[in-house]
Amino acid sequence: MSYSSFEIWMIILVMGVGTFLIRFSFLGLIGDRPMPTFVLRLLRYTPVAVLPGMVAPLVLWPAATDGQFDPLRVTAACAIVLIGIWTRNVLWAILGGAVTLYAGMAVIAFL
Amino acid sequence: MTTSTAKTPLKTSAKSAYWAGVRDGAPFILMAVPFSVLFGVIATDAGLTLAQAMGFTVLVIAGAAQFAAIQLMVENASIAFVLLAALAVNLRMAMYSASLVPYLGAAPLWKRAFIAYLNFDQTYITSVARYEARPEMTVAERVSYFFGVATPIAPAWMGMTLVGALAGQAIPEAWALDFIMPIMFLAMVAPMLKSLAHVSAGAVSVAVGLALVNMPAGTGLLIAAGAAMLTGALVEVWMERRAL
Repeated sequence: MSYSSFEIWMIILVMGVGTFLIRFSFLGLIGDRPMPTFVLRLLRYTPVAVLPGMVAPLVLWPAATDGQFDPLRVTAACAIVLIGIWTRNVLWAILGGAVTLYAGMAVIAFL
Repeated sequence: MTTSTAKTPLKTSAKSAYWAGVRDGAPFILMAVPFSVLFGVIATDAGLTLAQAMGFTVLVIAGAAQFAAIQLMVENASIAFVLLAALAVNLRMAMYSASLVPYLGAAPLWKRAFIAYLNFDQTYITSVARYEARPEMTVAERVSYFFGVATPIAPAWMGMTLVGALAGQAIPEAWALDFIMPIMFLAMVAPMLKSLAHVSAGAVSVAVGLALVNMPAGTGLLIAAGAAMLTGALVEVWMERRAL
C-alpha cells in the first residue's frame, strides 16, 4: 500500500460521509411527505429484491471453497428457504440451515 | 385511555419494543464476529494503523464496502476509484433508506439521522420484517425497535474488529463461518416470501444477480434489485386486477 497517512484518512472520511449520505438520503429528505402509490409498491419489495441477489453468488460459488460449487452449501441454503417459508420463523430457519451444513460436513469428514 | 394516563403506557411500549429489537438483533452477533475479526486482521495486514482500522469500522460501519476498499487499497488503486467502488457497494442502502420512509418518515430528524448511521443489512431487514408483520406499531415503537436491533450488533462489529486488529488471527475456515452470512440473510428473507409477487421478486433478484455477478462493485446487484422490485410491483398490480 503506497498511500500517505493523510490519504488513508481522507479515504476513510469520504467513505464515512458518503455512506452516511446514502443511508440518510430518502429517509432524511422525504420525511413524512406522502409518496406516489407505485413508488410505495416498488419499495415494498426492497428486502426480497436485494438480499436474494446478494446471497445467491455466495451460495453457488462460496469464498471458502475458492468459488468451487459445493452441493452441501446449496442443500443447506435450500433447507433454510423451505423451512423459513414453511415455519415463518427466522430462528427455525437458521437452525435448520446450520444443522444441515454441519451434519453434512461431519458426514463427509467421517466417510 | 385518557390523555393523562397515556404517557406511561406509551413509554413502556417503546421500551418493550426496544428490548424486542435487542432480542431479535442478538443472533447477528454470530455473524458480525467472524467478519469483523477478519476485517481487523486484513486491515492491519494491509498496513493500516489500529486507529485507521477502527476509523473505518466506526465511521463507515458497512462490512462489504470496507472489504472492497481494503482490497483495492492493497492493489494501490487510485483514491477516486477506491471511493467510487466502495460507495457503489453501499448504494443498495439508498433503497433501504427509501423503503424505511413509510415506516419512519414521521420520526424526528435527529432520530432519522441516527437510524441512517445504523442502517445496514442486518438492522434493516430485521426491522422491516417486524414493521410488515405488525402494522399497528407506532412510529416511536418502530424507532425504539430499530435501535434495539442495532444495540447488540454495532458494538460487536466494532469490538471484534479491534480484537482482529490486535490479535491478527482470523477464525479458522474449517468452522465454515463464511456461510453464516448467507444463512442469516436467507433465514430473514424466506418468511417474507408471502405472496406470488414476493416470490417472483426474489426469483428475479437471484436470476439477474447471478447473471450480472461479474459486473464491478455491486452494480450488478443494483440492477438485479431494481428489476426485482419492478417485478414484484407489476405482479402485485396484475394480481389485484385479476381479483377484481
